[in-house]
Amino acid sequence: MFYREAGQYKASYQSDQAIFPIAQDRIAMLALLVVAFVGVPLLASEYVYRAVLIPVVILSLAAIGLNVLMGYCGQVSLGSGAFMGIGAYAAYNLAIRLPFLNPFVCVLLGGFVSAAVGIAFGVPSLRIKGFYLACATLAAQFFADWAFLRIKWITNDTPSGSVNAPPLQLMGFDLSSPTANYLVSLVFTLVLGLAAKNIVRGHVGRQWMAIRDMDIAAEIIGVRPMYAKLTAFAVSSFLIGVAGALWAFVYLGSWEPAAFDIDRSFQLMFMVIIGGLGSILGSVLGAAFIVLLPIFLNQALPPFGALFDWKISTATVSNFESMIFGALIVFFLVVEPNGLARLWSVAKEKLRLWPFPH
Amino acid sequence: MGLRRLALLGAAIVSAGIIAATTAEAQNEQFIPGLVYRTGAYAPNGIPFADGVADYIAMLNARDGGINGVKITFEECETGYATDRGVECYERLKGKGPTGASYFSPLSTGITFALTEKAPGDKIPLITMGYGRADSRDGAVFEWNFPLLGTYWTAANVAIQHIAKEMGGFDKLKGKKIALLYHDSPYGKEPIAALEVMAKKYGFDFLPIPVPAPGSEQKSQWLQIRQQKPDYVLLWGWGVMNSAAVTEAGNVNYPRDHMIGVWWSGAEPDVIPAGEKAAGYKALMLQHPAGKFAVYADLEKFVIGPGKSLAKPDEIGSVLYNRGLINSMLGTESIRTAMAKFGNKPMTGEQVRWGIEHLDLTAERIKQLGFEGMIGPIKVSCADHEGTRLSRVHQWDGKKWNIISDWYTADDAVIEPLVKETAGKYATEKKITPRDCSKES
Repeated sequence: MFYREAGQYKASYQSDQAIFPIAQDRIAMLALLVVAFVGVPLLASEYVYRAVLIPVVILSLAAIGLNVLMGYCGQVSLGSGAFMGIGAYAAYNLAIRLPFLNPFVCVLLGGFVSAAVGIAFGVPSLRIKGFYLACATLAAQFFADWAFLRIKWITNDTPSGSVNAPPLQLMGFDLSSPTANYLVSLVFTLVLGLAAKNIVRGHVGRQWMAIRDMDIAAEIIGVRPMYAKLTAFAVSSFLIGVAGALWAFVYLGSWEPAAFDIDRSFQLMFMVIIGGLGSILGSVLGAAFIVLLPIFLNQALPPFGALFDWKISTATVSNFESMIFGALIVFFLVVEPNGLARLWSVAKEKLRLWPFPH
Repeated sequence: MGLRRLALLGAAIVSAGIIAATTAEAQNEQFIPGLVYRTGAYAPNGIPFADGVADYIAMLNARDGGINGVKITFEECETGYATDRGVECYERLKGKGPTGASYFSPLSTGITFALTEKAPGDKIPLITMGYGRADSRDGAVFEWNFPLLGTYWTAANVAIQHIAKEMGGFDKLKGKKIALLYHDSPYGKEPIAALEVMAKKYGFDFLPIPVPAPGSEQKSQWLQIRQQKPDYVLLWGWGVMNSAAVTEAGNVNYPRDHMIGVWWSGAEPDVIPAGEKAAGYKALMLQHPAGKFAVYADLEKFVIGPGKSLAKPDEIGSVLYNRGLINSMLGTESIRTAMAKFGNKPMTGEQVRWGIEHLDLTAERIKQLGFEGMIGPIKVSCADHEGTRLSRVHQWDGKKWNIISDWYTADDAVIEPLVKETAGKYATEKKITPRDCSKES
């Protein structure tokens, strides 16, 4: 009933290759964009911006980056926190040392620096796979942790090691309000997410997926493994680096190296696994889920406990979060390995037929 | 109008009435948020402090009905010592209560750095008692930060004074080696600037040794200490790093009585896990010792006795529990000071800031509050957000802490120039015009 596709003809190859081939999807996406750009600024409170929307938007970008590497190219990576940190510190150094550059230009350039470092740490992937590659990327994570702490030049020789973002402005407009922060992050995520979606639909993305599915067969039919794997690392690290720079500049404002430690890498990995490997929509759903779950538990568990006369302390809520995350990872890997994105596409398949049974 | 519509309308009116009634009632409340960590690697130290903070406020509500008749609402938020969770908790709690949050005490130097950027815009003061940025004692630049009772540069100076006393004078420091075993985070790095200045002044070798967070693995650092043989080791750790350091010191047989911890490395959770190895370990005090003082009479009567305390029995009277009590006392007394000027109603963040900046606790008032023997008089002013320069040293004998020194006063001749320099740098970087303290009222 919703997806009455009868009468929707594609008259050109271009319309056939559209990201949203069904007209109802295009209308829904347009409505979503209107809500995101117009509705949210009218309705959201500062807390919703700072605690929900901005983290979800920025971490979606990071999750898209990690999905490109893990989901589309099949290379396990536990170093995504490090790449976020590299993007953040590169952007910070550019902003401090070249003050004439706009902070957002520094964010993009930070992404390029992160891409370069990503290629360097992606070289081991040409020789090793799976868990061994996970170890190599873990080494990247710890190396970055060490570098941020010990190489004083990176933190501009501050005695405390804690650095501040430059004030956010664009052509004279001050962009430090919560609404402006949200809109800036949204624009970055949408543009770069669209670029990522088109890359994975193109020939480079098909090479990645060939490497993921059966890399020896891919090599035989002419996919160059070095090109494919290193471009995957480059694109992934670029997206994650831009997300890291945005996280530091827009969300945190002032950060220390511990903001990009191994826990951040795990968080991104959980987003990608729960959201769905190999799916851009899955990255966004996973990011929203991981950001919202602790807040939801924090708000919902104490009143729930009060129903049974059980005073739940903040420590218990925090421990519940860890337990529920672990249980969910196991649940998703067993029941629905393709994550929330698969649940959505199953729902959409059914919606295309509903109310008819077949 | 149908019956259903009538029922819905009636329900709407009734619920509007209830909401109006509850909000009207909620108008006379002062909201104090608590950023705590009861989980994670730093929980052993975070829990007793958080319990102290909560229990003092509970006692005020039960005994006095709040502050000057305004009831205090208190809510905790778990940060796990992580900066991003601290920022999220701050955003969630800053607007609660009829006048917003009174003040924030994040108990984490990392979170303090992040909130120092946000709090001035939201007009909420930060009480960073005994931690935070050492240069934030300059109130002309850091209008909203209050490192009451002590900063890390005060601590570093007092530690060196005690070492000099044990060695027989400042001239005996020349040529000696003093190591700083520090938590590799903004917290641990804070004293380095002051110690470098003092090393140049008194002629001792300063050896900084970092320990990566969370600090439970220290074997290579203590191997380095065994090779270098410093005369004294200053410990600047937190959470599990403290007990690991004391244990490792025992393992390499470094004399524990030549170890001096900062006041965040001098509590029961830091020494009890190390067992016998901890005997002889010394630490600075944030003025107060362990033990029960006059305020405990009311605490026992109103909170601990009725079973409303969050603390376990062995926590009560411990160093960090006392510190939590003092934190809440300073915060609530600041609110009282503000109410004396602005009236007996819920105070906004700006008014509380005024109250903290004009906090003046004399020895008599401290005795009235029941904190005699715990802290000395404290007078905060625009130029001095620390309020006092006192500290002393206690030593663990295996069973309890014993005070082994008189009061030391930190040497402002050493610290003041450093504060001016770093605060000035911060002001130029952030384009802040320092306030003129002579004109402030």
